[in-house]
Parts: sequence; C-alpha cells; structure tokens
Amino acid sequence: MTFFLVSSIAKVVVVFTVILVAVALITLLERRICAFIQDRLGPNRVGPQGLLQPAADGLKSLLKEETLPAQADKVLFLLAPAISFTPALLTFAVIPFAAPLPTPWGDVPMVVADLPVGFLYILAISSLGVYGVTLAGWSSNNKYALLGGLRASAQMISYEIALGMSTVAVLLLAGNVTLSQVIAQQQAGGWYVFSLLVAFFIFLVSAFAETNRVPFDLPEAEGELIAGYHTEYSAMKFSMFYIAEYANMVTASALMATLFFGGWDIPFTSWDNGPPWTLAKTLATGAVFCAKTACFVFLYIWVRWTLPRFRYDQLMALGWKVLLPLALVYLTVLATAVWYLKEQLGWAYGPAFGWMLFGLNAVLAGLLFWWLDRGRIVSGSVARGAGEGEA
Amino acid sequence: MPIAVKVMKRPGSATSYVRATLKGMALTFRHLFRPKVTMQYPEEKSTELWTISSRWRGTHRMLTDEQGRAKCVACGLCPQICPANCIKLVPGEDEQGNRYPLIYEIDEFRCVFCGYCQEVCPEEAIHVGVHYENSEYSRDRFVYDLERLCGQTHPVSTLWDPSDPRGE
Repeated sequence: MTFFLVSSIAKVVVVFTVILVAVALITLLERRICAFIQDRLGPNRVGPQGLLQPAADGLKSLLKEETLPAQADKVLFLLAPAISFTPALLTFAVIPFAAPLPTPWGDVPMVVADLPVGFLYILAISSLGVYGVTLAGWSSNNKYALLGGLRASAQMISYEIALGMSTVAVLLLAGNVTLSQVIAQQQAGGWYVFSLLVAFFIFLVSAFAETNRVPFDLPEAEGELIAGYHTEYSAMKFSMFYIAEYANMVTASALMATLFFGGWDIPFTSWDNGPPWTLAKTLATGAVFCAKTACFVFLYIWVRWTLPRFRYDQLMALGWKVLLPLALVYLTVLATAVWYLKEQLGWAYGPAFGWMLFGLNAVLAGLLFWWLDRGRIVSGSVARGAGEGEA
Repeated sequence: MPIAVKVMKRPGSATSYVRATLKGMALTFRHLFRPKVTMQYPEEKSTELWTISSRWRGTHRMLTDEQGRAKCVACGLCPQICPANCIKLVPGEDEQGNRYPLIYEIDEFRCVFCGYCQEVCPEEAIHVGVHYENSEYSRDRFVYDLERLCGQTHPVSTLWDPSDPRGE
C-alpha cells in the first residue's frame, strides 16, 4: 500500500512536470514552425534557438496587470481558466506512457491510474474542458466572449458524438475499455490505425474540433470575435487558457498514439512487448511514445498554419451531416465485419484479422475520399442553387 | 429580383477539399525547408537582399575642412529654407572678416528630414545622413549643437540616385 502511494505520487509529479514542460516547449515549437512555414525565423533570441522563450513568456505573464471587468461574474471569471486547464491534465492520468518499470518492490505500471474504465473516464473528462471555455465567455459579460463560449459549447456537442462513435470502433475490436489492454491487443495483432483506418480519420478530425484548433478554432476566431472567450482575460489567467489549449493538444495526440498507433509499442520488434521488464525497455518505450505524440503535435501545428477556418454553418454541416452519419455507418459495417470474423469464423484478433479489416477499411476509406472529393460537402448555402435562373 | 450570383460550373477536381487540403499541406511542408528571409537586425544590418538607400535622409552631419573647422559660413540659407524651423543659427565674424557660426543647432525632433538644408547649402557643409539608429536618455540630447554635428561619422545622403539623377 505504501509502495502504491509512493509510486503513484512519484508518477503524478513526473507526468505533471513533463506535460507542463512539454506544453511550454510546444508553445515555442508552434511559433518556430509557424515562422518556418512563413519563411521567417521566429523567436530565436532568448537562449539557444529560443529555448528559453517560454520562460520569458511566463515571466511576462506573471508580471502583467490582472484586469477584472467591472460587470463580470467574479467567481466564475476567476474559476474559468482553472476549469479549462484541469481536465486536460486529468485525461492524461489513464494514458499508459511506457512499459512497466521493474523495482525491487515489484513492477510499476507506467500509467498514473490504470483504471478498468479508462476509456469511459476519458470520454467523461475530456468533454469537461469546454465548461471552462463557456464559463469564461459567459462570466466576462462581453458579447464577443459570450459568442466564443457559445460556439465552443455547440462545437463540443457536435463533435463529441463523432469522437465517441469513432472510439466505439476501438472498443469493439479490443473488447475492453482499459487502455493498457488496448495497447496489449495492438502489440499482439497490429496497430489499429490499419484495421480501423476510417475510425482514425474521424477521430483525428473530431479531436481537432475538440481541441479548438484550426480549422475549427471558431471559439476564438480573432477575425470575428476579437479573441473569443478569452477577450477579457489578461496576464496569467490568459496564459492559463493557452496552457490548457496546448495541454489538450498533447493529450489528444497521446490518445491518438495510444488508441491507433500502439501506444508505447515499438514497431517492427516484439522485444518490448512482454516480461521480463527492464529499465531499458521502459526508457525505450517511453521515448517511442513521446515520439509518436510529438508527431501528432507537429501535425496539429502543421495543419494550423495551412488551413483556413471553417465558417460556422460549414462546421455544423461537417459535424452533423458528414461525420456523425459516417461514424454510424462505419460502426455498423465494422460491427458486422468483426462479428463475422470473430463469431462465424472464430478468429481471435491477430495479424490475419487485422489485414482483413485493413482491406475493408482501405475500400471504405477509398470510397469516403472519393465521395468527399466530389466537393461541396461542406460548401455554403449561398453558392448552392442561388442564381440558377439568372446565369 | 434578387442579386444574381453567378455560380461557376467547375469540375469536381477544382472544388475538391481533400485534394486542395493535401496540396496546401505539401506546400507548407516544403516551405519549412526554404531559406528564410529574416534579417537578424542588430547583427546583420544589410544583406544582398536589402541595403539602406544612399538617398536615405537621416540625422544631420556637418562636414569639416582640413583644419577640422565646420565648413559652414553662416550664410543663413538653411534656417531660411527650413520648413520646420528647426535650425538655429547665430552668425559671427573673425578678424579677417570670415563668417562662421557662433551657434548652430538643429532640433532633430522638429526636423522633417526634407533635405532642403543640404540642397540649399552653397558650401556643402550641412548634410542629412544615411543613419537611422537614434536613441538617447533625454529629449535635450536630440538638439544637436555644432560640435555634435561635426562629430558625426556616418555617410551623408546623396539626395538623388547617382545612377538616375533626374529621377526617371
């Protein structure tokens, strides 16, 4: 018991520190990559290659004046940044980030809490983040902030469903909601990105929407809403929203890596998959997990500096008219396929099973992209049908 | 009648989101590795892409003769022509009857950097300079006296492009 407490506290501290440092570095990474994409250099003055820039930014945020709008709801206004920040870190608690670490007192699973309901926990917690955003928008007593908050909640409701549906596919295949089991399955039978390609696509798009990143950054759309929900915020409270955004990004990236890219599994080798656990295995798998997560973080940044923002009606159309029906249809097809393979043919999940599903998914993905490629899936209401008689 | 919107009949390939998105992503990815255009200013003040023009009109400089005296003969043309009235000139005369400025001050905050003083000067004494880094701890320091004007070392403005004197 003591050992469990000590190891848990150690893990919490380590994970918390690593995430906050990663968030700080990702803010720098975002600015550097953005600059590189725009043929600039970006912040490279503070420390070697600008590595100390986040520290300078943090110091600046701490020393700036805190403003409090006269008509704001003070309690909620102060609470909102914390509310948006906490769920992002809470979600990370159930994500396994490395192979178990052997110690003289027993193996320590490298996950803060290996909950049996890991998956449901993620779905429950990840949607809480929007409360912070919505409350921030509402309590500021500012019309732009309120609009941003409203958009955030509408967007969250629309895409949470597609996100949940896409992850049901994972559960269907894994037959388990514990994330460590999901990873173990992938180690045995191949990564789910192959056998659940379409689900991954839906998850990717929904995750972008959930984290309020371009092209779904309508809650803070600076062209329309000044800064959206954090218009009235200043100093460290403003920074808290940024930390929350990036922490959400890290968590979503880690989730994608865990659910679809084998978590801490090292590809092309089974050396890391089972006991005896060693320190080297823990470190190597941890590094691989970080690399996978970093790839998705880069994807987030890359997409942000490439794509324009959706219009509000397009956002809703994509969420309700494309992703939701798509997820439902896909789930039906997949459930049938899994039922056939598991129940009728009696196969267990393994490479052959994975390849069968990959074939199915490749066909489905081909059809999906062919259909999306017809264009005008999310086009505006004006262009369609208008002016047909006149031309 | 509603406003006529002309909807272009485009093929599917021209209205495709997927293809356009991938194309955009490829473009931005290529730009990651392009040479950067940023000039690292304090270390790097001119590159082959950008150098300051020789016609730049910055803070003034008074040229001096071989004895190190200001070339100015206190004729009074520059305060006369100055549209901002920023030049203060008090003429003096030595024993040989040579005129020289007793006081010659330019208020650089008042100056509009039109360059008329340089154009009008018959002795080619006062010049606007190719110089832009001005910072001081107090506003008084921006009133340049004669000693300060003579002490400037930056190059002087050509006012026109030497290769195209008529501005064609």
